[in-house]
Amino acid sequence: MKKNLLVAAMLGLGLIASVQANTLDKIKSSSAVTMGVRESSGALSYTVGDGKYAGYHVEICQRVLGDVQKQLKLKALDIKYQAVTSQNRLPLVANGTVDIECGSTTNNATRQKDVAFAVTTYVEEVRIAVKANSGITSLAQLNGKKVATTTGTTSVQLLRKHERATGVNFDEVFGKDHADSFLLLESGRADAFVMDGSILAGNIANSKNPKDYKIVGEVLATEPIAIMVPKNDPEFKAAVNAAIAKIVANGKMPGLWNQYVFRFRCFL
Amino acid sequence: MSLDLGVFCKNTLDGEVVDHCFSALFGLAQNSDPSYLDWLMKAWGWTLAVAGLGLTIALILGAVMGTLRTLPTTTSLNRWLIRISTAWVELFRNIPILVQVFLWYHVIPSFVLPLKSLPSYWLVSIALGFFTSARIAEQVRAGIQALPSGQTAAATALGLTTAQSYRYVILPMALRIIIPPLTSESMNLIKNSSVAFAVSVPELTLFAMQAQEETSKGVEIYLAVTFLYALSAFAVNRVMSQIEKRSRIPGFIVSNDASLAH
Repeated sequence: MKKNLLVAAMLGLGLIASVQANTLDKIKSSSAVTMGVRESSGALSYTVGDGKYAGYHVEICQRVLGDVQKQLKLKALDIKYQAVTSQNRLPLVANGTVDIECGSTTNNATRQKDVAFAVTTYVEEVRIAVKANSGITSLAQLNGKKVATTTGTTSVQLLRKHERATGVNFDEVFGKDHADSFLLLESGRADAFVMDGSILAGNIANSKNPKDYKIVGEVLATEPIAIMVPKNDPEFKAAVNAAIAKIVANGKMPGLWNQYVFRFRCFL
Repeated sequence: MSLDLGVFCKNTLDGEVVDHCFSALFGLAQNSDPSYLDWLMKAWGWTLAVAGLGLTIALILGAVMGTLRTLPTTTSLNRWLIRISTAWVELFRNIPILVQVFLWYHVIPSFVLPLKSLPSYWLVSIALGFFTSARIAEQVRAGIQALPSGQTAAATALGLTTAQSYRYVILPMALRIIIPPLTSESMNLIKNSSVAFAVSVPELTLFAMQAQEETSKGVEIYLAVTFLYALSAFAVNRVMSQIEKRSRIPGFIVSNDASLAH
């Protein structure tokens, strides 16, 4: 609780004065770095309890920070983990509380006004999850049906656009988080759940009976997901990008992909 | 930090500036796609609708339950009514409001099937109404017990039945006494209605969470929402103070109004 208050206070301060510092200098002088992570963002970033985090992006970031440590010739680098949410991740990176955010953030033009992104490391597809016995196989069949999605995600706006473009008329129901949205589908309050494919797959995999659900239909949107870094700090961004390029050049990326993402992708 | 209020004139589909930002508010023109301002107004409407229905339920049930708690313990029927109303108050004021909302939305409909077809707007209003009714019931009881016991005795002496003495003597006085705490309770209900976002009612809090994500203009969005909550609560305050003034019995209820001081 205290930690949350602290974050809230920092958030408030950050809105007043946006701190702009050289991240590499900051890391070097303090021998510490703060990594922004998510509690449950599918395969990309999740907690394993006890203040520890894992996931595809988390491991990439750990390797990136290892390279940064070598580049700065630091003997030890203290990586602090800071859990972020969809609501606070941008302000926390913009004001310097979080140095590198390794969650599941979509890289788009609006956000680039406030922060910068490393190279795209994951491409997300927005899909539809339904009950396997519902017979629904496409968005067009959702006419007049209830469609669940999560408040505070890009999927809400996406659904609105689709509704307008295709004339398919459905009722939106909003879950307060992904688990809540999935509960709406599970309890029959919604006929479909529209969300990032990896999140759908993760929720289905963790459900009581995964066989009862299916991911169906067309890909509603494709979004580049990337690691988020502070804006106007080309040196740090270049260091992060170089480290990611090194993982790719070493041929380590497919291994990471299989370790974290593939087990979720089985459901897609 | 500069505010960019232009965000409210952008449409909610592609972020382009709409043709009729403010005129659409008054129905003079219609935007082809809704703007964030249109959405904000709609969300405000939902907040007021949830609070309004919740308050109606709360006032009716609160008045009934509060009155029942003060019944004389002369007949066994009365004793049962007192037990039921006491249980009602203790049940609904001892469970956090957010938990009650989830109970009404997720748990109770799986036992009482007809509730499943009820829209979440009704379920959350019932939850808010029952929660607040427990608090109002206590205020009604306090108001009734604040009356001098001579009032009840006089009513009985006149030959009025229990129901008649409540109707014509006790409640008209007690309900006037409790208008100030009822004002607070009504204002609380406006603010508590923000829990409705958790069960998919598209009200102000849900608007704030979603719109700030889409526009990255969290400060402007939250300021606007804060202003509307404050405005709504203040409007309730003014209405209640008018009711208080109109229904006052001169010389009977103590007031800090200077005109009555002499």
